[in-house]
Amino acid sequence: MRDGAGQTDDEATAPARRGAGELEAAVLEVLQHGGAPLSPGEVRERIGGDLAYTTVVTILSRLHAKGVLDRRKSGRAYYYLPVADEPGLAARRMARVLDEGQDREAVLARFVSALSESDEELLRKMLADGEGG
Amino acid sequence: MHVAIYLPLVIPLLAAVSARTLADRLPPAAATWLLTVSALALALASSAVLGLLALSALIRLPVVDAVGHLSRSAVAHDDAVSVPVAIAAGALLVAAATAAGKAGWRRVRSIVRAHRHASGLPGAGEVVVTEDVDADAYTVPGWPCRIVITQGMLRALSAGEQGVLLAHERTHARNSHYLFTALARLAAAANPLLRPVAAEVGYAIERWADERAAAEAGDRTLAARAIAHAALASAAAPPERVTAVTALGLIAQESGKPGPVPRRVAALLAPPPGLSLLLLVAAIALVAVSGASVVEAARNLHQLIELAQGQPV
Repeated sequence: MRDGAGQTDDEATAPARRGAGELEAAVLEVLQHGGAPLSPGEVRERIGGDLAYTTVVTILSRLHAKGVLDRRKSGRAYYYLPVADEPGLAARRMARVLDEGQDREAVLARFVSALSESDEELLRKMLADGEGG
Repeated sequence: MHVAIYLPLVIPLLAAVSARTLADRLPPAAATWLLTVSALALALASSAVLGLLALSALIRLPVVDAVGHLSRSAVAHDDAVSVPVAIAAGALLVAAATAAGKAGWRRVRSIVRAHRHASGLPGAGEVVVTEDVDADAYTVPGWPCRIVITQGMLRALSAGEQGVLLAHERTHARNSHYLFTALARLAAAANPLLRPVAAEVGYAIERWADERAAAEAGDRTLAARAIAHAALASAAAPPERVTAVTALGLIAQESGKPGPVPRRVAALLAPPPGLSLLLLVAAIALVAVSGASVVEAARNLHQLIELAQGQPV
């Protein structure tokens, strides 16, 4: 299963009502609570719904490519699990996947939001003024 | 029916233009509550008015007249709402209900997912420090909420500034701030005129957490510096985090006033806002007028129906 090759056929097979980010998050959830490496078939079962097997495989290999999942080969199938946690690395990557959902800002309370260029200049000026005065 | 019935449709516009002033001038906790409750009340009122307008057309249908034993001449004579207006109102109401339903469902799912994410985070403590070099810090809603801070963020801040960051995120966690944003956005989904109000609720909870952190540190300037340093450090992170949504936000910002971060810093460098009773009363009065005109319109419609049924009014 090539990671790049799966992209376009995934867009076609994924049910239109669920975005790609949402599906990734759902798959991650299953693996995080799975307790053991899972095969695509097992992931598909636990997610429920009407996902195509190929869609699950594509999502798993895409997450693997992103470095969020590890996989082990056993027999002819790959078994997937969240990457071993160098403290919290997977946590952060999961948050990035959550980010892709539309409700991002409303769910995760970020300390600081993104800056525009003029904001950045303004902030530097404010800090410089503070040091001068 | 009187012109007053249309007031709840106009008042959200007033709320939209005054939301920013309220968020700037009131103490942030008061502003958060006021804006959230107002958004919900105004969304309810405008939906109720749409419903009443649609109903007033419904009672003109021969079928409804027959079932309700209404006098057609009384209905036609007394009701000032034209049929096209009523049909438009009905369509808007259906659109509003659908949008609110969808947004609510999506939000509930996001929150549930975040809760699971929070419980899946490593360790058992409230704060999770990741070894990530990119500066980032956020609170994930859950039971309990978890606070994620990256090494990159800790490195960008002095010890005092780290204290401000922690106090800020803890304020979000302790006060379930995500519920305010969720409710305000629900109101904005039902009535898009309220979107600026929902945006200001998002800003007001940040200010709430800023003010609380500044009070705990006993140093407003330190709190301002913590936010400025954290924002500049986050801005240096790789651009992959800029999703389409944030990119759109940035484009909107470029064209106008400073974004939320400089606004927060400036607010901390100024004295804390006192409780302005005048503003508070004015805002509550607006919402009350909205509610009163819904009640009045409902009473009028009820009277009309009773009249048409030949009962004493």
